Amino acid sequence: MSLRIANAAGFWGDWTLAPRQLLETTEVDFLTLEYLAELTLSIMARQRNKDSASGFARDFLNVVDQIAPVLKRQSELKLVTNAGGLNPHACAAALGKQLSECGLGDLPIGVVAGDDLIDQIRDKQGAGYDHFDTGQPLEDRVDRAVSANAYLGAQPICEALQQGSRIVITGRVADASLTVGPAMYHYGWDWEDWNRVAAASVAGHLIECGAQVTGGYRTDWRDCSLTKIGYPIVEIDHDGQLVVTKPDGSGGRVTRQSVIEQIVYEIGDPAAYYTPDVVVDFTTLEVAALGDDRVAVRGATGNPRPETLKVSLAYADGYQASGQLLIYGRDCIVKARIVADLIRERLGLEGIELESMNIELLGAGDGVPGLTSPPTDMREVMLRISAFDHRREALEAFAKQFAPLITNGPAGLAGYAQGRPVVRATYAYWPTVVDRDNVTPTCKVQTAEQWNQQRT
Amino acid sequence: MTETTCLLGSIATARSGDKGNHANVAVIARSQAGYRYLEQVLTAERVAEYFDLLDVGEVKRFELPKLGSMNFLLIDALAGGASQSLRIDTQGKLLGTAILDLPLPTPVNLDEMRAVDYP
Repeated sequence: MSLRIANAAGFWGDWTLAPRQLLETTEVDFLTLEYLAELTLSIMARQRNKDSASGFARDFLNVVDQIAPVLKRQSELKLVTNAGGLNPHACAAALGKQLSECGLGDLPIGVVAGDDLIDQIRDKQGAGYDHFDTGQPLEDRVDRAVSANAYLGAQPICEALQQGSRIVITGRVADASLTVGPAMYHYGWDWEDWNRVAAASVAGHLIECGAQVTGGYRTDWRDCSLTKIGYPIVEIDHDGQLVVTKPDGSGGRVTRQSVIEQIVYEIGDPAAYYTPDVVVDFTTLEVAALGDDRVAVRGATGNPRPETLKVSLAYADGYQASGQLLIYGRDCIVKARIVADLIRERLGLEGIELESMNIELLGAGDGVPGLTSPPTDMREVMLRISAFDHRREALEAFAKQFAPLITNGPAGLAGYAQGRPVVRATYAYWPTVVDRDNVTPTCKVQTAEQWNQQRT
Repeated sequence: MTETTCLLGSIATARSGDKGNHANVAVIARSQAGYRYLEQVLTAERVAEYFDLLDVGEVKRFELPKLGSMNFLLIDALAGGASQSLRIDTQGKLLGTAILDLPLPTPVNLDEMRAVDYP
């Protein structure tokens, strides 16, 4: 029997019904839940600054609440998730409380941490953390850094499973490692058996974005129903050969095309896909449809893991706001440009010139600039104006320019009912690397009740 | 004689996403004949020209012949990327759909390329 690993969350905000629907319609050995995009941790940093017991993906608690009956019924089912975000111990404590209250206080929860490097980087004044692409030094930005996390690999996850965890909560780990950890734990492969580690990483890459491999975001999306789309399951055999599938009777489709579209999603050089566990070569893969929403993926190869770990750092960098107005009439394109000018000119009356402003005429082809011209007979267009500035007050003034236009601007404007544009802090993304020697992954396993007693 | 054109979308599918401030646009041929044709005509230069107004720094092409697909990396195409771009499409999600409208010279065996011929 192959190892079956499913994924029911591809990002923080994915479909809330997915985990329960999956577990109620099929049996798997592991369920993974992925919550951390590049900048999610900067949002969590802000939350933790306000409340030391927050800073993790709280949605995960709701998921466990929904699937608790399955956890009780299937004693072999295990969960692996990066829901811990910037505060995995607080996540475990909150989960420990919840599980204790529903009779699962004995359940072992493992926490993987050690990815958070912000203190270390501040201590070093940012020295040695140059931008990965541009080579620029971090030093003059380090005082604005809000989060900095290394992408840990699968080894501490595997360790947490070996110590008996039924739920493993991590901070930042490579998305694919959520799958690699269970595969290594199950089969006991050598960590330097690069082709098998690569196969497990391909398995993780295939399911980490949830339904994107089972019919979502697919070019040929019209040939199936998406309402009850099935979230993905990858079967990994003892030799590292894979089958991608989904629960019987669910919506969506798994085809050769859906699988290849996901293999090539968000990659650079396909011959060298870097993870903390292995450098994967996707060009040796072979994909073949087996029928019935089952697709085989074979031939993964890998090269030794990199000596450095990727670090995702975010620093505060100004503010953004974005407002929209629907512009109606035969002259809508011209009128939209005049409305945008009015906003700019009225800001000028207050002595404000914004650092940058982007004007988009949605419906007229601005979704991808330059590919189409507006149709000649357009009757309406959505004007979207987005602005950036380092001064919050300048953007507050910008946000106040939209509503007055309904009464003191041209005829034929609508859509202010959604309210004044919200000014939000923005963070710049700073990819960098760190030597493995400077990162110490940790792993702690104890029962839900024990975590509960450590709540702050 | 004027050259007739067909759209890339008649012989391939596509998917796009972000890598920081870079966009990745992958194109997957429906047939083996289609892939061989795309290898010749869907050059990095042609893709760069098509997305000219995105202010792309450079386009790199990578091939995956066993998967009948190629990956285009559009350097600095996202005007700041997910966190800072002022565009509605902060992460380049539309580029996959958009590249399917790229016009190509009509190949003589277009019908063969339209059909899926992989197992």
